[in-house]
Amino acid sequence: MEATTALRRTPLYEQHVAAGAKLVDFTGWEMPVQYEGVRAEHLAVRQGCGVFDVSHMGEIETTGPQALELLQRLLSNDVSKLEVGGAQYSVLCRPEGGVLDDLFTYRLGEDRYLTVTNASNHEGDLAWFREHAAGFDAEVIDRIDDYAMLAVQGPDARALVTTLLDAELPPRMHTAMVGDALVCGTGYTGEDGVEVMLPPAQAPAFWEGLLAAGATPAGLGARDTLRLEVCFHLYGNDLSTDRNPIEAGLGWCCKEATGFIGSETVAAARESGTAEKLVPFKLAERGIPRQGNGVLDTSGQPAGTVTSGTLSPCLEEGVGMAYVRVDLAERGTEVEIDVRGKRRPARIESRPLYDPHPKES
Amino acid sequence: MADETYPDDLKYHPEHDWARVDGEEATLGITWYAQDALGEVVFYEPPEVGATISKDSAYAEVESVKAVSDVIAPLSGEITEVNGALSDAPEKINDDPYGDGWLVKVKLSDPSETESLLDAGAYKDLLS
Repeated sequence: MEATTALRRTPLYEQHVAAGAKLVDFTGWEMPVQYEGVRAEHLAVRQGCGVFDVSHMGEIETTGPQALELLQRLLSNDVSKLEVGGAQYSVLCRPEGGVLDDLFTYRLGEDRYLTVTNASNHEGDLAWFREHAAGFDAEVIDRIDDYAMLAVQGPDARALVTTLLDAELPPRMHTAMVGDALVCGTGYTGEDGVEVMLPPAQAPAFWEGLLAAGATPAGLGARDTLRLEVCFHLYGNDLSTDRNPIEAGLGWCCKEATGFIGSETVAAARESGTAEKLVPFKLAERGIPRQGNGVLDTSGQPAGTVTSGTLSPCLEEGVGMAYVRVDLAERGTEVEIDVRGKRRPARIESRPLYDPHPKES
Repeated sequence: MADETYPDDLKYHPEHDWARVDGEEATLGITWYAQDALGEVVFYEPPEVGATISKDSAYAEVESVKAVSDVIAPLSGEITEVNGALSDAPEKINDDPYGDGWLVKVKLSDPSETESLLDAGAYKDLLS
């Protein structure tokens, strides 16, 4: 029997309690799933500014003369295209193409990179990095304890953080050091905003400053509904070692010519196509799809599986993402979702399900 | 959201359901604790009038943004009325779990089952 281990807490635990958070066990971390309520927090991020404590996410620093060569071997994207002060998304693959994690990498200096991991994968990623570092003149350093991470997101986020830090913020997909804080123009909500990595001891004051300036504390519940509306992948739901990046719709961040681990399988999948594809969908009537629900074609035959589902707070419709047979993956295709025994009509959509910034027509 | 209360005139099932028993009839719902644990209810589909429900078995589902929760029947019987207003306003389950947020009315098949339910004090002890 496994011994019960204490849940890890972020440096903002006291602040969460003070803000009335409902705390849950999230992959071994005691994290706020919501404060006032998921819908209110979701809408605050879409309309104003929300702040998320994502300090449970891990960081791996890769440094040394061959840091680039090592990362080029590990990460699916072309890391040589990443400039100092830039950000890049990629996946970490096994040789057979299964996805171990999806990651943002920031280039902090000439030979210095910081890769942000999903909490549940951090230890595994770290072991994978170290295992493959042999033979490279590069060092892999676990930095999870060195950073607290706050995501400040929403149309008002930049103005609020600019005032608070009294500094110019980096544009999207770029980073800047502001004092001891690494400010990154990235996020997981589809809104503008920044993610701020800073020494844990400085996190409470920064959090309180954000709240005092009008940011709404937002929990992991809203983080999930926000990312699903814009069809960002969630590892463990939409990505796993059983799926390759091509069927997950992440071919855009795979540059097989770099020869990364898994590139041959990815190239083959890109060339020959995959049996299934991850697509967004909407229910045609009331109901909420959930992870694990079956997808049926119009003749009632099993045709896929829902990997993420929720009631979209902005659309007020049941939405989700599912791996479906490729012949059903076209936008507008009618399918049915088996929501715990009730078959509900649904329609395949294109990304994003909800567009926070529609282009003016 | 309502304040935490457990009215004395109700009977409680340990799975966080309440029954307001009146002779051979009962009104059923979920407790303040249940709706608080679930969070804001965003979807509820009432069962069919005429359906038979059995004590300790699920008869409906309530959903928050994040989770689905089975609603357990505290008593057995046949559904005589459902709260149709909840289809359009499921948040009533949070706002008024013992009033406007009631779920179904039931004609009891075995009113003596009521004796096995908890009173408010015993239910509160269970929660503490």
